[in-house]
Amino acid sequence: MKRRDFLQWTGMGLGATMLSGMPLVGKALPLDAPWYTVDAAIKKQLADVALNAARSKGATYTDVRIGRYLNQFIITREDKVENVVNTESYGMGIRVIANGSWGFAATDKLDNDSIAHTAALAVAIAKENSRLLSEPVQLAPQKGYGEVSWKTPIEKNAFEVPIKEKVDLLLNVNAAAMKGGADYMNSYLFLVNEQKYFASSDGSYIDQDIHRIWPTFTITKIDKATGKFETRNALSAPVGMGYEYLLPRPEDKIHGISTLYKKRYDMVEDAAQGAKQVAEKMAAKSVEPGKYDLILDPSHLWLTIHESVGHPTELDRVLGYEANFAGTSFLTLDKWESRNFQFGSKHVNIKADKTQPGSLGAVGYDDEGVGTQEWDLIKDGVLVNYQAIRDQAHIINLPASQGCCYAQSWSDVQFQRMANVSLQPGKQTLSPQDMIKNVEKGIYIIGDGSFSIDQQRYNFQFAGQLFYEIKQGKIVGALKDVAYQANTREFWNSCSAVADKNDYRLGGSFFDGKGQPMQASAVSHGSSTARFDKVNVINTARKIG
Amino acid sequence: MSILTKEEAQALLKKVLAFSKSDECEVSLSGTEGGNIRYARNAISTAGDISTLTLSVSATYGKKTGSASINEFDDASLEKVVRRAEELAQLAPENPEHMPLMGPQTFKDAITYVQATADMTPESRADAVAQSVQASKDAKLQAAGYIENTTSFDVVANSKGLFAYNQGTDVIFSITTRNEEGTGSGYAARGFNDVRKLDTLGATKVAASKANGSAGAKAIEPGKYTVILEPVAATYMIENMFRGFDARSADEGRSFMSKPGGGNRLGEQLMDEKVNIYSDPFNKDLPSATWNREGFPLERTDWIRNGKVENLAYSRYWAEKKGAKPLPFGANYIMEGGDQTIEDMIKSTEKGILVSRLWYIRLVDAQTLLLTGLTRDGTFYIENGEIKFPIKNMRFNESPVIMLNNVEALGKVERSISVESYRSYLIPPMKIRDFTFTSLSDAV
Repeated sequence: MKRRDFLQWTGMGLGATMLSGMPLVGKALPLDAPWYTVDAAIKKQLADVALNAARSKGATYTDVRIGRYLNQFIITREDKVENVVNTESYGMGIRVIANGSWGFAATDKLDNDSIAHTAALAVAIAKENSRLLSEPVQLAPQKGYGEVSWKTPIEKNAFEVPIKEKVDLLLNVNAAAMKGGADYMNSYLFLVNEQKYFASSDGSYIDQDIHRIWPTFTITKIDKATGKFETRNALSAPVGMGYEYLLPRPEDKIHGISTLYKKRYDMVEDAAQGAKQVAEKMAAKSVEPGKYDLILDPSHLWLTIHESVGHPTELDRVLGYEANFAGTSFLTLDKWESRNFQFGSKHVNIKADKTQPGSLGAVGYDDEGVGTQEWDLIKDGVLVNYQAIRDQAHIINLPASQGCCYAQSWSDVQFQRMANVSLQPGKQTLSPQDMIKNVEKGIYIIGDGSFSIDQQRYNFQFAGQLFYEIKQGKIVGALKDVAYQANTREFWNSCSAVADKNDYRLGGSFFDGKGQPMQASAVSHGSSTARFDKVNVINTARKIG
Repeated sequence: MSILTKEEAQALLKKVLAFSKSDECEVSLSGTEGGNIRYARNAISTAGDISTLTLSVSATYGKKTGSASINEFDDASLEKVVRRAEELAQLAPENPEHMPLMGPQTFKDAITYVQATADMTPESRADAVAQSVQASKDAKLQAAGYIENTTSFDVVANSKGLFAYNQGTDVIFSITTRNEEGTGSGYAARGFNDVRKLDTLGATKVAASKANGSAGAKAIEPGKYTVILEPVAATYMIENMFRGFDARSADEGRSFMSKPGGGNRLGEQLMDEKVNIYSDPFNKDLPSATWNREGFPLERTDWIRNGKVENLAYSRYWAEKKGAKPLPFGANYIMEGGDQTIEDMIKSTEKGILVSRLWYIRLVDAQTLLLTGLTRDGTFYIENGEIKFPIKNMRFNESPVIMLNNVEALGKVERSISVESYRSYLIPPMKIRDFTFTSLSDAV
């Protein structure tokens, strides 16, 4: 799904995305149209036309992606449905190497002549680009898989759930919040289905059917006398699942100062508790700035992991390919080569993973036909690896790509995108409650809020949804106006505990932005609750007018 | 070919509307043609050509509306998309906020189209990039940059006789140069309707000068400082404010334009009296479409006049509910400036910081529009009217509303682009007192 399309349909601002309107390119579908996939045999025929045409024009390597991208957005406020949109986009992207240079072209006209013309255009662009080549593309070897397929292991296809059922759910969610005292309530349900077919001159023909879902909301409460207002966003996570994510189960609830959710989400319950919590926020004490021990829930910590670990370990950033947009990385190659760069404390073990069930990044094969895997990025606090794709693997002496290449649509060129990057649970038995008991002066933070990080991923600032003051091992009340600032390495080296696997949960971003023109990618980040010592907390309250 | 003339578009939409059976039908068509080159490490990394044409149809029965879009244009597909929109409308719940479609309007012609930009080719893009890369190599720097040109058209028509057409061109260019040691970085960004105004070589030289000038930065204590924000920095900062010129969110009490006790801040002195912000589709340096997607004619609208809130945008629904006149958002934003150059502003500064660019700005608190972000690609300490040395980047926590209450001086307006949205604005360099920096960053 394209980020700009999402913003256009929903009216959600930049804050909803990882990084910042073109009209939607795609066909709208009837709301309750039967869900179907295109026969792989037809796609193989189309792909072969492209592969042969590119080879005949001088391509030394070609890959073809035929994509059918389905999105459904349901957007409501209070007791009104603001929009229900189904979109479909179907077409082919052809990437080639010719004269040692990359070239790319795409078409939505899938007849033989258009495909052949597009393949020729991709080769022509590659040859034009080669006049400004510094060194030829070096592609890591990749065996062809033949004809294979992969599908997100969903229990209930959300696209096949009747619209009425989904609309009723959101209106019930809104009603629960309004009944609880909310002044305004906006709720959203986003569904994505990527039907992707990949073929390459290596001999792979890969058919994949990928599903993602994101239910979310924002509750707003106003104090009309003072003009103050507070919001509380949903504690859901976007996930790589079907509609089963919205069918609550008792075993997936964690009860505490706020109910939290694991592999299933109770949206109505969260709206009801959110309405109470937003009122609590209104009356909460404004935080005293200073150093605090932070207890960070996975619903919050995912974003800190994303920004301070996920991005700086992307090899294209390290090498300078993102320098003109999001920036470079402080994790330069010399730090990796030293084999002793202490990124974090010994409690910090972070893996990249493109296979994790239920995650947004889980696929069988990436967008350049590489089977997915998991690998260590940070082991016992030390930087041990990056995230690399086929044309980068040789730089860090890898025999093959790590399988983390992605394009947001058939019409965009694929490039290195973040795998799921997750903090591994602690090995000792430890619950968040045990962790809190050991804190003298701290803040427990739940949910993600404002976020910002510099262009080399050193200095960051994060806020959240719910903040609770901890004194002498006990939660003593709610706080507001909280944000913490830190330096990435200092922050991760201040990690003094990570809860065990029973607390492990996923958070994630539906719209991680990168590249020029910008592309969105969806990625999950798992963790258990973690403790960070003596972190600098600021007060964000200001006054205007 | 994705760019249709006014006559071609009118004929196509007339045919689509003829298929309609609903109470109301609105059709819109948009097309783009263009291309881009991205480069890094002094070499092209990706390049592509893009061509799209999309038809959207909205059908309404009573207060039930459905929308559908398609990118196939044979007669059967045109009828199919109309029927789909009608099916969706029948399935959709009633929207009590639905407003009837507008009838015919008179629109002035826009001045957004420049043939020279429309004539750009993969080769002319590559030539522009080659100049930039050569300039970077000559300065012994590494260049990463991006150029994108777009020719586009938009047209809307409805069953009540509304018809509006606009064609435009746009080219954006941005360049980052870094030294081999990674201790200096510079940036420049340009955006125009007319590619003849784009000088990639000149922009790269500016970035190179910043990169070389920013090497060896010293740390200074965060705190409140007088800052001179170059236009590209000021643009990114105040872009976040324009979305708030909305009466509904203000009246609902959830915006910085909300008044304590209820209502909005219309007529209130919200900023320094030097601040004047308006939209004008006929500004020759920043032209825009002369109508919006609802079919509203766009004219010059003052938003902030001498620091007072002059206007807020009212949707037709909200205007009717509040007994106000509907007023659309602007399609461009212009802030008036003064006569000073950046050099003049530096000369008159006893102690301060010159900020070339800001980065990763995000909202911290909607109540006050508090934003956080960082300086980037050239931050310099000023003392006694001179730049003394480059300084390390810093994080700020500041509201553009508060910032525009602390205006010391405004310089000459220039066209600049937001480094994140890539939208163009006309914004002056600004000298601001008491700008709040909260921490240091080691990033270069």
